Amino acid sequence: MQPTTHAFPENARKALSDERLQKVLAIAPAGFVNRRKQAADRLPEFEDLRDQGRDLKNHVLANLDTYLEAFEAKVTEQGGHVHWCRTDQEARDAILGICRKVGAKTVTKGKSMISEEIGINDYLESNGLTPIETDLGEYIIQLRREPPSHIIAPAFHLSKKDVEGTFRQAHTDLPPDRVLDEPKVLIAEARQVLRRKFQQADVGITGANIMVAETGSTVIVTNEGNGDLTQILPRVHVVIATIDKVVPTLEDAALVLRLLARSATGQEASAYTTFSTGPRRPGDLDGPEEFHVVLLDNGRSALLGTEFQDVLRCIRCGACMNHCPVYGSVGGHAYGWVYPGPIGSVMQPALLGVKEAGHLPNASTFCGRCEAVCPMRIPLPKMMRHWREKEFEQNLQPAAMRRGLALWGWFARRPALYHAATRVAVRALGMLGRGKGRFASLPLAQGWTRHRDMPAPEGRTFQQMWAEKKAAEKKGKR
Amino acid sequence: MADTSSARAQILGGIRKALNSAEGSEEARQRLATHPRNLIPARAQLPHDRQVELFAAMATEVSATVELLGGMAEVPGAVADYLAGLNLPAEVRVAPDAALDPIPWDQRPTLTVTKGRARDSDGASLTGAFAGVAETGSLMLLSGAERPTTLNFLPDTHIVVLRRGQIVGTMEDAWDRLRAAGANGGGNGALPRTVNFITGPSRTGDIEMRIELGAHGPRRLHILLVED
Repeated sequence: MQPTTHAFPENARKALSDERLQKVLAIAPAGFVNRRKQAADRLPEFEDLRDQGRDLKNHVLANLDTYLEAFEAKVTEQGGHVHWCRTDQEARDAILGICRKVGAKTVTKGKSMISEEIGINDYLESNGLTPIETDLGEYIIQLRREPPSHIIAPAFHLSKKDVEGTFRQAHTDLPPDRVLDEPKVLIAEARQVLRRKFQQADVGITGANIMVAETGSTVIVTNEGNGDLTQILPRVHVVIATIDKVVPTLEDAALVLRLLARSATGQEASAYTTFSTGPRRPGDLDGPEEFHVVLLDNGRSALLGTEFQDVLRCIRCGACMNHCPVYGSVGGHAYGWVYPGPIGSVMQPALLGVKEAGHLPNASTFCGRCEAVCPMRIPLPKMMRHWREKEFEQNLQPAAMRRGLALWGWFARRPALYHAATRVAVRALGMLGRGKGRFASLPLAQGWTRHRDMPAPEGRTFQQMWAEKKAAEKKGKR
Repeated sequence: MADTSSARAQILGGIRKALNSAEGSEEARQRLATHPRNLIPARAQLPHDRQVELFAAMATEVSATVELLGGMAEVPGAVADYLAGLNLPAEVRVAPDAALDPIPWDQRPTLTVTKGRARDSDGASLTGAFAGVAETGSLMLLSGAERPTTLNFLPDTHIVVLRRGQIVGTMEDAWDRLRAAGANGGGNGALPRTVNFITGPSRTGDIEMRIELGAHGPRRLHILLVED
């Protein structure tokens, strides 16, 4: 998928004037927020579990080599194969190679953000295979040839009317006069159509929410059951996952699972949590004959030991975007690639480069809600600040902005001058704006006044008021 | 196919360089060997009777149905009545699981019972379970020669026979039970190919965030909770 992250300002403008999208965004994120809160409130230990989750992932990252090797050894012991891949291209080739070897034509897929990251569907298609997304939301957007707009609710931006239109266009072998007015009916139709695909598939590809080093298992969490049909019906199960998804033991998987569903959908547990270990065993009546794990780095290991290491704790629950006022205003597509919301604002510069994705860490109010709800306590605002610094270091901002920042920096490093200048400016603005108490337009501040009025200052700076307050307190004490 | 051996060396080498570690860590190997528990919520740390109640309440909350039975002898009747109550055909595909052998199917000759993996045409399945997890109302099902996983996902209706004694507090308790049970399909203490934790019937919220049951897996999950 070709990123349009560099066009974030235009993407965002378009999204803000898209009435349909705004209607969806007015309702949907609030649903996630409420459900998460109820689930968190119901578990008194939730905050302590978050601390443990953070500590666990930090421990894993500090011992990542050991856990990855242990995981690989266990997968191999069980008759599975691990394919180490440095880049998205290596991962695509590894998956295509597996498909070719078994002469696959149809490939079913469970939902996986990594598969979006490596663009596997387009690649398989251009090589003559037919990939079919089976998660309902993913299936809908695949038919529409759209990217997902949310990491756990990919068709978040669509209404049931949109889905009806899509199904009518795609399912041409069904009677055109059928009634498709309710989600229930739409779901039943998708189920019926996809059942046939499940049966035809030669290879099933799933992601992994967790890999367990102790047992060599991969874990997926779904509500629909599509991830399970994807892996038990075809002859070959391919798991695509990045190196940061490994945890040491089954106990550690349990810890992550307690945090994941609650943070994502507000469920106590997702309907299906499945641990897959190797291919089917002798005597088994079903299950895949081959089990492959495509273990992808794609820039993760380069983050170790840097100021961005903590982002590797992410378990992809989506809570940060559900709680983000920016995501809530522009939706997922504006971010221009695979990962939207605060996690995207940190991940996409890491994966695409600051030049492509530098707008994203700037598109933040730094309200801190993302960090406040992140189950792994990832300091997302802090990392967005780091990316802004990188952007400045690499000389990527427009010249006028750099000059402005340099000027401000020069002032800010001279406090006496800075305070004197701001005192004068604030008093002047206060006098000018006395009539209405606000400005409809102001030189150098058009970016603000184009959309709203600038309130007029009341005559004194914050520093002055603070100094007066402190002086009064001191007097009072004496 | 990609040259994954040099990729392996490079990825692990990069990690070791960043971590400043030459040959892995003893601490990590210890953790793998001893698999210590993390914080366990107090919710399910209860006497067994209360765990059973909690299991039933949590399972019901996620739209599973729970029926209490006095013994395995009551299963055929319960299955037949359940299917009839929903106007479903009196047919059930049953896991060829020795643990289900005590069920006297011949007491209900009107019920058609076949055994094996699930086929496309099967409307209802019946399986056992390895454990029930009280904390979340989840069933733990293991794959194996007698326990095909397709039965858990393909039919519209999934009926699960769970004995009271199989209910534990948490997922960690269930793992301990599985470790204690020893070889379970994979040899050398490995996990079975598939371990499913099933919490209610299949669902989706992908269309306008409205939760609907029966997305790809069973629309109905009926748990027969049998006295030991």
